[in-house]
Amino acid sequence: MADVRPRIKLDKKTAKKGELVEVKALVSHIMETGQRRDAAGNVIPRKILNKFICTVSGKEVFSADFEAAVSANPYIQFKFKAQETGPVVLTWIDDDGSTIVGTESITVS
Amino acid sequence: MISTISRRQALALGAATAATAVLGGAVEPALAANDSDEVIKTFTGGKAPVAGRVNLDLPEIAENGNTVPMTVSVESPMTEQSYVTDVLVVNDGNPRAGVATFHFSPASGVAEANIRIRLATTQNVIAIAKMNDGSLFTASKQVKVTIGGCGG
Repeated sequence: MADVRPRIKLDKKTAKKGELVEVKALVSHIMETGQRRDAAGNVIPRKILNKFICTVSGKEVFSADFEAAVSANPYIQFKFKAQETGPVVLTWIDDDGSTIVGTESITVS
Repeated sequence: MISTISRRQALALGAATAATAVLGGAVEPALAANDSDEVIKTFTGGKAPVAGRVNLDLPEIAENGNTVPMTVSVESPMTEQSYVTDVLVVNDGNPRAGVATFHFSPASGVAEANIRIRLATTQNVIAIAKMNDGSLFTASKQVKVTIGGCGG
């Protein structure tokens, strides 16, 4: 499988305490629904990223559970409230337990 | 006295009864025949959500059912006293109803998320927000889909 580094963009690199920071992220993943059949007629098993978590300085600020109805190459956009300077870590968890992780950082004045 | 019904009359009566039974129950267009009721019930615990406070932004017509942009947001101060804990999003026309569940806290700042979803056919998308005090709010939107997106 090719390198699946997520693309992450924060709308600001520094923020005042209490200010909202918007996060946009895109990750490559087929998000196989489990509804398709192969040429032989067998069901292609489901394989999706079923969980997304964002933490800032180790504390969860937003998370989501995904089902098969989430599009391939899942895009997500959300916000968090800037509290302290630290790493912004985005983690996606696959049905098979593997994870995709991307990190940014926010500086809070 | 036994009334006799001609065979033709009996068949017509039977057909009419059957037709009424099928049509009588149908209210919504398209299929509502997935597990949306169960998924909703698991989330709400059977409690009826109140319409309002939830804004579900979806196109009226989705040209490509494989990727339909959706933003869900909930009016809430998002303070420790009053905030959104979870928002469930389901559909009523895909083989499976579940779309996503978003988890928020005061650290989220706002209860808002934007993702892209797959819709197999014209159907309703329903969002239900749960607050920290257990109250539930909901909104739904119908999306017309011209090219379905469930990988079929």
